[in-house]
Amino acid sequence: MATQTAPIGVRQPDLRGRSVRRAKNAAARAPGERSLAAAPSTWFVWAGTAAFFIFLIGILVSVVVDSFGKGWFSSWLPETFTTGWYSGAWDTFGMAQIIGVTLTVAVLVIVVAVLIGVPAAYLLARRTFPFKKAVTLLFLLPVMMPPITYGIPLATVMYNFGLGRTLTAVILVNLVPSVPFVIMTMTPFIEQINPTIENAARMSGASIAKVFTKILFPLLIPGVLAASILVLVRTVGMFELTFLVSGPQSDTLVVAMYRAMTAAGGGTERPLISSMAVVYTVTMMVILIIALRFVSPTQLVARVKESRED
Amino acid sequence: MSAPTAPGRARTRSTASLRHRLAERGVDKSLWMLVPALFFAVALFIYPFSYGIGLTFQPSAAMQEKWGAGVFSNYVGFFKDSFVFDSIWLTMRLALPVALFNVLASVPMAFKLRRRFRGKKLLTTLLVLPITLGTVLTAQGLLIFAGRQGWLNRFLIQIGVIDQPLALVNNYLGVVFSLVISGFPFAFLLISSYLSGIDPSIEAAAKTMGANWAQRFRRVILPLLAPGLATTFILTFVLAFSVFPSARLVGDAMGSTRVMSLMAFRAFGEQNDYPMASTIAVMMGIVELVVIAVVLLWRSFMYKGSTGGKG
Repeated sequence: MATQTAPIGVRQPDLRGRSVRRAKNAAARAPGERSLAAAPSTWFVWAGTAAFFIFLIGILVSVVVDSFGKGWFSSWLPETFTTGWYSGAWDTFGMAQIIGVTLTVAVLVIVVAVLIGVPAAYLLARRTFPFKKAVTLLFLLPVMMPPITYGIPLATVMYNFGLGRTLTAVILVNLVPSVPFVIMTMTPFIEQINPTIENAARMSGASIAKVFTKILFPLLIPGVLAASILVLVRTVGMFELTFLVSGPQSDTLVVAMYRAMTAAGGGTERPLISSMAVVYTVTMMVILIIALRFVSPTQLVARVKESRED
Repeated sequence: MSAPTAPGRARTRSTASLRHRLAERGVDKSLWMLVPALFFAVALFIYPFSYGIGLTFQPSAAMQEKWGAGVFSNYVGFFKDSFVFDSIWLTMRLALPVALFNVLASVPMAFKLRRRFRGKKLLTTLLVLPITLGTVLTAQGLLIFAGRQGWLNRFLIQIGVIDQPLALVNNYLGVVFSLVISGFPFAFLLISSYLSGIDPSIEAAAKTMGANWAQRFRRVILPLLAPGLATTFILTFVLAFSVFPSARLVGDAMGSTRVMSLMAFRAFGEQNDYPMASTIAVMMGIVELVVIAVVLLWRSFMYKGSTGGKG
């Protein structure tokens, strides 16, 4: 059946993949399993995928074209191309300051979330103690609730403490989902480290602090890195919480873009916002591509599911 | 906790045994490592949340005068002010179909793509891409791509499917598109991982007994997948339910997509009525809990147990 390759189009990669797999472990396959790939359903799936990607790529490309285009009103492509919108956006919105704020917030959130989250994840992974279930639930709640439901009371508290529109408030609100997130990502990483290594260190007289700095931390670096990058993605992309407490001096990139789009009277020109959006997306893509080298998305999601169920 | 954590070097017999007994239950010095995280959870989550709930019972003078129900004015206002109350229905009309679509469309796709094939990693990476777009770029892109002068309408007119450009943005549809684009990859990844958690030998056994693919799907895969479907539905629903930027940017913020989070923000940012904003936020939480409870109830009638695989 491996020779029976479909002649055309979309089904081809599918079939080729199957034959490769067949060659690899032909014994593990039940006879006639190929019949599952009934043609209509295959077409349905590929058509759905294609429609999704047409939208996705259309959205991406049209924003990029718009950010370089001049005089794009009622034609397929803009009349002329320019890079002027980027320098324009840089000056109009004070991008240097916005990017500075975004990075400061992201870095501080990562550092604090890791410092707080990793020890807690260690205890949750290794120990049993009274009220462990309640504590786990407490850490999971902020991730399960939509940000705006706890964001509004939280922002009210921030304003009451006089922290409204400050950088401190932006960092504090972003910690709320980030700390649980670090705990959730780090717990499986710690679980997979062989506890006998720590026990050996303890028996040789190392204190808990020493076990942490000399034994666990070096082993945990990949996990910490993965968690940090994911927190970075979440913090840079977090709109609702930041938006509720930030002001002109503490807007992150995504909030600044929203404010520019909803500015009264629609005074901002569309390509200016597009160029800002492109800068944002390119940054996020670079971060995410780095992140995907460390964690596979499905593996992470599987862990999330498991920890949600207990 | 104070006894075991105190630096008790002077070991009298009784404290030593208390220490020992506590340590046997897992209470010892190392629990201090939990304290910073607990402190944060309480200070930044539990306290503000309880404060917010308390705030809902302290309505502003204007609300009290308008609805005249004392401490419950905010809630009375929420249910009687149709401008606010209707937003529940508007939010549901948006979030439920989108969450259902994301889950139902993910199942056949995840099913088709669960085996290894060339380019699978590429496809997974491409599916994660929308996460990098963020709501604002998605909104901006939809406005340009699917707008009246956009490529999509232009193409459809060119090939003669339609005469007039379709109204795809600045209305209900625009928000649906934006929610599907951001929610579908998430649902797909979750369902794929649930599907890979089902032991393939169970299906192989069904096949040996002569079940065709429809029977295998209906009798074997679907019951095993049901808990995963419920969880995925809940998570995508929560994502779609709290939609806020896209409802404003690609939707019709004062009409068909006047969702609850917009109402909450209106009370918070524009009217500075913090008690009312908290009330809407609390009501959002309650409405969401009701939906989750219904889904979990449905799940409780389905098969509960091992799926045989790694999940």
